[in-house]
Amino acid sequence: MSDSAVADKAITEPTDPSMEPERHGGALVSRRFEQECLHPSRTDYLKVVAALKAEGYNQASDLCAVDYLTYEAGRDLPTGIEPERFEVVVNLLSHSLNQRIRIRVQVAADSPTLASLYDLYPGVEAMEREAYDLMGIIFTGHPDLTRILMPDGWEGHPLRKDYATGRIPVQFKGAPQPR
Amino acid sequence: MTATLNTETDSTTQSAAGEMESKPQELHLRSETAAPELARERGAVLRGVSERDAALDLNDYDIELGDETMIINMGPQHPSTHGVLRVMMELRGEQVLRTKPVIGYLHTGMEKTAETLTFNQGGTNVTRMDYLSPFCNELTFSLAVEKLLAVEIPERATWIRMLMAELNRMASHLLFQATNGMDLGAVGMMIYGWREREELLTFFEKVTGLRMNHNYIRPGGVAVDLPDGWQQDVLDICDLVEPRLDQYDTLLTGQPIYRDRTMGVGVITAEEAIALSATGPILRGTGVAWDLRKDQPYLFYDQVEFDVIVGTQGDAFDRYAIRLNEIRESARIVRQIVDLMPPGDYRSQNKKITPPPRSRIDESMEALIHHFKLMTEGFRVPAGEVYVATESPRGELGCYLVSDGGAKPYRMHWRGPSFVNLQSMPTMMQGAMIADAIAVISSVDPVLGEVDR
Repeated sequence: MSDSAVADKAITEPTDPSMEPERHGGALVSRRFEQECLHPSRTDYLKVVAALKAEGYNQASDLCAVDYLTYEAGRDLPTGIEPERFEVVVNLLSHSLNQRIRIRVQVAADSPTLASLYDLYPGVEAMEREAYDLMGIIFTGHPDLTRILMPDGWEGHPLRKDYATGRIPVQFKGAPQPR
Repeated sequence: MTATLNTETDSTTQSAAGEMESKPQELHLRSETAAPELARERGAVLRGVSERDAALDLNDYDIELGDETMIINMGPQHPSTHGVLRVMMELRGEQVLRTKPVIGYLHTGMEKTAETLTFNQGGTNVTRMDYLSPFCNELTFSLAVEKLLAVEIPERATWIRMLMAELNRMASHLLFQATNGMDLGAVGMMIYGWREREELLTFFEKVTGLRMNHNYIRPGGVAVDLPDGWQQDVLDICDLVEPRLDQYDTLLTGQPIYRDRTMGVGVITAEEAIALSATGPILRGTGVAWDLRKDQPYLFYDQVEFDVIVGTQGDAFDRYAIRLNEIRESARIVRQIVDLMPPGDYRSQNKKITPPPRSRIDESMEALIHHFKLMTEGFRVPAGEVYVATESPRGELGCYLVSDGGAKPYRMHWRGPSFVNLQSMPTMMQGAMIADAIAVISSVDPVLGEVDR
């Protein structure tokens, strides 16, 4: 199998442009590998997630952030969604429907804030803290948005693509200063 | 401490980040905690979803602020915290009022490291996360890569993966039996659990060359075929472990002291467990029969027979019993795999993904080139993103993988079940005695390598 054959197989089936784009709970839908993705705007985010919860998505499996700063391939977003530097990805699971759904919301680099899902799913508490700690996304309404993996007072957010690994020496709290 | 390294960070980020960083991630004194924050912080994570939350009203306890309660650290160097878990507790006498796990002591930036390793090398990284179930980690990572690649995996490779994942589940749960027993005073259990696990590790070593961190399951299949006589080895292990589990029953299940220490301890309801994103034995202990092997089958789990073990009370004893019986179910699956294992390839014959066998390199220029390219550059994975979840011994193990069409993941996010399950610990501990806290930590069975990554 050649490289291109591998690639062709994975690309999403093109949809008829004349058709009305598919929407779920008011958000544009894209599908890959039979996994459904919703693309709400930042303002609609909470509303869309709340609608999904009412639909039966009772557990937030996962929440993470991606920094698309140096992403070279085209972003596979549905038309109408403006790509931004950060993307917060939430994976919801419904036990009753036995289905997963993914929410990908674009977060601008100049104000990386997003509403917290804490009130809907308390289980995202640690995950949002992790996304804040490592990617610098600020979740408004989160009860305890502190660093979780890195030490307090660490500078920068290590998983960002412009975080210069090794540019500064490893920081430790209370380490003796060089004289 | 507000300055960030990022050139693009604006003033909003800095001020907001600075504000937050002035407040450390630890548990604070009641006198320093504002009332609404305290209400949210009860049990550190679970706020407003449980009846019990309301029940634990401060007024019920007649506490004078800063007078009778104290905040103590358990860990990070406490043997019962399974590694470097630090639990901060607010105590009133021996009663635990609030708990907060403070983690990150083992953080080595493995998600960042994953971005610098090729898809071929990625297995060596992820296998070190949950070091008690390395095969499950490699499996999840490989499944995610293969989904993006859209390659077919030979049947035998899939069966081998299932075999190793199930044996791994047995090994992991056996270690739980050992540490759980020791945490609760059944020190002999420590020796017995390790003894049985040793049999499994010996088999892993025979197959993969290593006892832990195998990098055996790789994108495209598995590294090597099973050794001759593996059927007998595996059946011997099952024959050995199953009667020993009955001995565990004698030693722990029916033992009054053990039952007293675990029954009704660390109770969590199904609603709480679901709300807190708990999976695995914690969720099943509350009576929710949710097992990805059964409900969203991957590999060939739909072709074998096994039962999903559920509890009724959601207490530490249920979680213990579930893990004990899951060893039996895993042994049952392993016995079926021995019968069902087909002949054939143990890895994909796609030359762009699988390196050629050593013997071919001497004869074929093309094989040499392929080998060189795969070993230096790695294979390219089509751009896209995918989330794959499997059932690890601790719960839902997820891998969110973003590829930009290169030979290395653009971003790899790991949904570690231990990391997420740790959130339910404060809920389980609320109002418990400090001695029960040990039972609770043990019953959550976190692996700190995966929590901190």
